[in-house]
Amino acid sequence: MSANVDDVAGDMFDMVKEYHGKKNLKALDLSKAMIIKYGAEECDKKLCKLAIRQLIDSGKCTYSYVGGSYIVLPPDS
Amino acid sequence: MATKRETPLLDELMTGPWPSFVKEIKLSADDGKDAASDLLGVLEKSYNERIGHWKHGGIVGVMGYGGGVIGRYNDLPEEFPAVAHFHTIRVNQPSGWFYTADVLRKICDIWDKHGSGITNMHGSTGDMVLLGCNTDALEPVFAELTEIGFDLGGSGSDMRTPSCCCGEARCEWACYDTMAACHDITMHFQDELHRPAFPYKWKFKFSGCSNDCVASIARSDCSVIGTWSDDIQVDDAAIKEYADGKQVDIAQDVVRLCPTGCISFDGSKLAIDNADCVRCMHCINVMPKALAPGKERGATILIGAKAPIIGGALLASVMVPFLPMEAPYDDLKELAEAIWDLWGEHGKNRERVGEFIQRIGLGNFLEQIGLEPTPEMVAHPRTNPYIFFELGEEDGEE
Ligand code: SF4
Ligand code: SF4
Repeated sequence: MSANVDDVAGDMFDMVKEYHGKKNLKALDLSKAMIIKYGAEECDKKLCKLAIRQLIDSGKCTYSYVGGSYIVLPPDS
Repeated sequence: MATKRETPLLDELMTGPWPSFVKEIKLSADDGKDAASDLLGVLEKSYNERIGHWKHGGIVGVMGYGGGVIGRYNDLPEEFPAVAHFHTIRVNQPSGWFYTADVLRKICDIWDKHGSGITNMHGSTGDMVLLGCNTDALEPVFAELTEIGFDLGGSGSDMRTPSCCCGEARCEWACYDTMAACHDITMHFQDELHRPAFPYKWKFKFSGCSNDCVASIARSDCSVIGTWSDDIQVDDAAIKEYADGKQVDIAQDVVRLCPTGCISFDGSKLAIDNADCVRCMHCINVMPKALAPGKERGATILIGAKAPIIGGALLASVMVPFLPMEAPYDDLKELAEAIWDLWGEHGKNRERVGEFIQRIGLGNFLEQIGLEPTPEMVAHPRTNPYIFFELGEEDGEE
């Protein structure tokens, strides 16, 4: 399955929504899940980094610190 | 006018011989800063009750960044409203901490306008630390700091703001340009600095020689310490001057204190067995006019130091005994990335890389990041008799 930044960012966002209130996800958790979903050939760490950047810069997600750094939904969402 | 508070316990801290943070906060309170006055109030209360009143963490920061702001809240907002939010902002310091008075004034003006006006120059990672502001002030502070050419530093599970000694800018012993290397690494790894993606923090510190003025061997996950691979430069005439002038007792203060005993002195001439020299800088520190680091200069890369926070303190271990330190520092970058990949994949949450190495074993770690073991990685000979070998070796196979 071929992957682009928009798709990966979208899938990451869905994952953050799904886990909201159940488990905090780190950037690495999101990247690992995407590499498994698309395959390492199609989706590497670099693409995941770009997707996370898009996710954060768009304001759809934000970082939180709870003993470690996590990617979460913004408080007003 | 800020509330004047009685602080008998805090006042005791001003009675010692050293400068006191209490005095500085009181000066700010006298200047009319409500946050400083409330800060004194909450501190005095904590000292009385022996209970801390701060909570930290949460969702607080500037748009796009996952680090640089440490959220802090007071659990007594009605009693101390001016410090209900008291967020800390880390500002990436210039390499070697060189400032102009003009730029320091601008930073202080920004902080006086939007924050408590209280600073900590500098935090243990190296950043300028701006202490105490409301959530609403974060974006304006960030915007005004970037306007004058500054950026936030790291916090959380990211690459923390790299720091370095003043190196070649002021110090004749620098074995590489620490400031250039620190700046290059900071700019190259902006993503790692601002978007936390590691199991826990990662610090780079750059020292120009093993005097290690930024304490990298004790405080950084990756310490880059200047060294040389050829012989110490010796000026015989200057040695004789030291000896004749009786400025230094060479036998007592230099020869006897060389950690590997590789120096001899016959009363006028100094001889060094450079093969046994561990580049500790001791002899050079004592006789700077006569001795100097060699001419083939670079750095030793050590990994795994940390101060005690969750587990105990660790000193760094040698990974690369000698690396020429020329821009663009590709070898150092590749090494860091190989370690981040492995540690990112298998590290536990809040596990520093030094603890990770202890958990999986140095042998496994080296194999995974593709480094050959070398004798310099061994701190001291092993004290148990077990020898590990590959099964194939027993049969004489490669
Ligand atoms: S670490 Fe060495 S090179 Fe750097 S300032 Fe200190 S003495 Fe000089
Ligand atoms: S640098 Fe240290 S180890 Fe080397 S000769 Fe001088 S004192 Fe000895």
